[in-house]
Amino acid sequence: MADQSSAYVRTEMLPEQSPPALETGLLKWLRENLFSSPVNTILTLVSFVIIYLALSSFIPWAFYGIWDASSLSECRAIRDELYGAPDEHGHGDVACWAVIAERWPQILFGFYPSEYYWRPILAFALFFVAIAPVLYDKLPRELAYFTPLAPFVIFWLLWGGTIWTPIAIAAGFVIGWACFKFGEEIIGSLGATIAAVVVPIVYWLLVAGPLTNGLAAILPIGIEPVESNDFGGFLLALVIGISGIVLSLPLGIALALGRQSDLFIINKFCVFFIEVFRGVPLIVWLFTASLLLNYFLPPGTNFDLMLRVIILVTLFAAAYLAEVIRGGLAALPRGQYEGADSLGLDYWQSMRLIILPQAMKISIPGIVSTFIGLFKDTTLVVFIGLLDPLKGLSDAIRATTEWNGIYWELFIFSGLLFFIFCYGMSRYSMYLERKLATDHR
Amino acid sequence: MATISEPQAEGFRLSQLIYDTRYRSMTIQAVAFFLIMLGLYFLVGNVIRNYPGGFSFAFLGNRAGYDINQRLIEYSNDSDHSRAALVGILNTLLVAFLGCVAATFIGVFAGVLRLSKNWIVSRLMSVYVEGFRNVPLLLWILVIFAVFSESQPLVAAFREGGGADYSLFGLAAVTRSGTFIPRLVFSDGAFWVLLAVLILSIVANRMVRARLAQHQANTGQYINPLPYSLALLIIPVVAAFFVMSGITNSREQVLLAAGASEGQTLAEYAGEDRLEYCQVARDARSLNLERTLQDAGIGYRVIPNGNATAAVATFAEGNCALLAVPASQADSIMATITGLSARELSVEHAWSGITFSENENTEFHREAEVSVAPLSDTMTEGRAFEVSHPEITPTGIPRFEGGWTVSNALIALWFALSLYTGAFIAEIVRAGIQSVSKGQTEASYALGLRPSWTMNLVILPQALRVIVPPLISQFLNLTKNSSLALAVGYMDVRSTLGGITINQTGRELEGMLLLGGFYLVTSLIISAVMNVYNSSVKLKER
Repeated sequence: MADQSSAYVRTEMLPEQSPPALETGLLKWLRENLFSSPVNTILTLVSFVIIYLALSSFIPWAFYGIWDASSLSECRAIRDELYGAPDEHGHGDVACWAVIAERWPQILFGFYPSEYYWRPILAFALFFVAIAPVLYDKLPRELAYFTPLAPFVIFWLLWGGTIWTPIAIAAGFVIGWACFKFGEEIIGSLGATIAAVVVPIVYWLLVAGPLTNGLAAILPIGIEPVESNDFGGFLLALVIGISGIVLSLPLGIALALGRQSDLFIINKFCVFFIEVFRGVPLIVWLFTASLLLNYFLPPGTNFDLMLRVIILVTLFAAAYLAEVIRGGLAALPRGQYEGADSLGLDYWQSMRLIILPQAMKISIPGIVSTFIGLFKDTTLVVFIGLLDPLKGLSDAIRATTEWNGIYWELFIFSGLLFFIFCYGMSRYSMYLERKLATDHR
Repeated sequence: MATISEPQAEGFRLSQLIYDTRYRSMTIQAVAFFLIMLGLYFLVGNVIRNYPGGFSFAFLGNRAGYDINQRLIEYSNDSDHSRAALVGILNTLLVAFLGCVAATFIGVFAGVLRLSKNWIVSRLMSVYVEGFRNVPLLLWILVIFAVFSESQPLVAAFREGGGADYSLFGLAAVTRSGTFIPRLVFSDGAFWVLLAVLILSIVANRMVRARLAQHQANTGQYINPLPYSLALLIIPVVAAFFVMSGITNSREQVLLAAGASEGQTLAEYAGEDRLEYCQVARDARSLNLERTLQDAGIGYRVIPNGNATAAVATFAEGNCALLAVPASQADSIMATITGLSARELSVEHAWSGITFSENENTEFHREAEVSVAPLSDTMTEGRAFEVSHPEITPTGIPRFEGGWTVSNALIALWFALSLYTGAFIAEIVRAGIQSVSKGQTEASYALGLRPSWTMNLVILPQALRVIVPPLISQFLNLTKNSSLALAVGYMDVRSTLGGITINQTGRELEGMLLLGGFYLVTSLIISAVMNVYNSSVKLKER
């Protein structure tokens, strides 16, 4: 009996074997991810064919490209000399990157005077310094003191002129803040709020202009002014895009709160504003800015086209943002509103401390995609005569005799720059979402 | 005895307007209302003071005076501005509709593939989505338009030895100056018969499906409706096609020829000359005549006409020499033609010296006797429908005859809008499918449902609730983005009403108001329609 049972007892372990070849490493990965079923195999093969077709013509075209030439015809001459002329279907053609090498400052800055290129570059650097403490909370908090000053410094660097203009404008905000801070004891909180709005507006309309002129006459400090017409390319896209983003966020929040408000007139006004701006394409608003805005203002007023565009782009983006933020507000459970009320907070306190931080967190993806949309839409300004990087400047470059007939190189260069900006923004929003995620998954 | 102490009646104090919450909201609203009205007064007052010529829509009735190459309805530069605006509106709706349909297909396709377990397919779709979402739409429109206008062959290259190839099995031609696609040409009445049959079979299909569903609900027995659907949708239409073809093929057509003698054959009549034949647009008879001429090797020139009556008139005026008419109507048409020519001749005699017709081919009706005679060859009307495909003219100015001409502006705009919006829809579809929790799939498998049923009956109905609302806003975005037509010169409503009309008449305010109003109303209608759909798929809560 004992013999029988002992025959089944293993006294030593079998040696370890390596797993089957198909279950390890690259082969396993390939089998699971590319060839797991007949359908998948077909899809994989089709994908490879597509990738091959796309890259087999693009890579030689791009990598054998010619960087050193002064015109398209010279480019073609060099190409014919190096690689021979392409056939009638265009095989064997190569890129002429020389146009980028020669004209990249124009694509970036438009017709901004080349001796002042340092000013937009510095302004751009300052913008990053100003926005860094907002984007990353690990940076020293002292940096944030510069943030409110940055718009005025950047404005002065870009447009130039006397230093007193931005100072006089900034003074208006200081006056408003002072009215709010010190007026509360004298005329009550509501009165102080009204004064904080009215007094700066009166100051800007009546006092700021003469004050600037007076100070500029006494102390002429300034740098060479640059006209708005000279702005172009990515400088223009960034100026319009960033101003639109910065200005539309507070306006969007205000509109969203207005749309959620119980006050009938304010609610209906916000609904009307949002629906009208969202229902009509941006191009139509841009044409409104260039054709109609003068009719709506007192005779003789004529202000900068770029400023008009910034205003309309801001209002347009604000209407979209308002809907995104309203979604966030609506997604909050009622208990949050009731909890804020039960703590005895007033409307603004509850919004500022309880509701908005949560609602904004929920709506981050929507807000950032609205910003990306706004930045991409800055290219539409070409239709009212501003020089955007995609069409305005590439048409301008093609209009010269040297570069007549060049398309793809310019499109690829500006497309790539746009991609970097927009993709960066969307990546940042993902980072922010992860950082702010407080729920446990 | 309890005494009820009344609260002390307090007089209304002005400060209550600010500090008393009962009145404060009224105060704020009154102030807001006052400010809004003040702003409105300021804006409207300025417009009244600044706007030259006052506010009036009378310019819409004036002659437009510009041409529109891509149009869905009749329009010439003699039409008025309102007609031009209508052409533009239809063009906008056309590209928006095509774009929405294509973008939905592309988006669903890419969204589903992006979730695929196949690594390379999902990567490829990610590249597509990120590439299109992060680059301005304007760039894609310009790139696709440049592909068409720079990289495609010239029309002349489609001639023998030109090196260009027809696409789509020889039926379509993509050229630098437009894309030429085949079109269906129906015989008289065939279109309506086939359409009626198709509608009836769709209705019958729905009824059968409802019956099968009812059967399953009653007995639990599942009958696959696919064979029934296929049979119902295909067999009646095919049968109708053959029946109609039999009828139209037996309808004899007579060829009327100007200046022919009775009993001449087509070949004898034509001789060595190039015939000028009276083409009727979208007419099977003309197509068949054209093919008869080609088969007989007779050179011909096309004199296009809008409809059959116009063709008879052109023929009677002598501007073309060959006309195909149904045999049953041949006599009456010949009588009309003789009558018309006689009247015209008498008028011409009365006003001697003044020539009415600008065409030089009028010799034969200047003769006293206009001889219009049927040729001895006859032909039939052809099948119920034929495919007319573009063909290059063998001699003369190179251009395409037959088929449908679609401007490259429309194609580029359509492709770019669909691909761009498709990338956004792909993300929406992906998010929608991912929003359905895995437990639903597992539960469905546990119930023994097949993967395809799980998708159709469990996942999709739940995913649709998440997908539809953002999908609506993507459709709205596409419609509004179609205003970028400006970049490629497609004549949408912004380019007609909001572009050339405003430039010509100077009525900027009215033009922009109408334009904005159109987009606003379109947006509201689309969102209303889609909201109805959305409420039909949304979660039914008790």
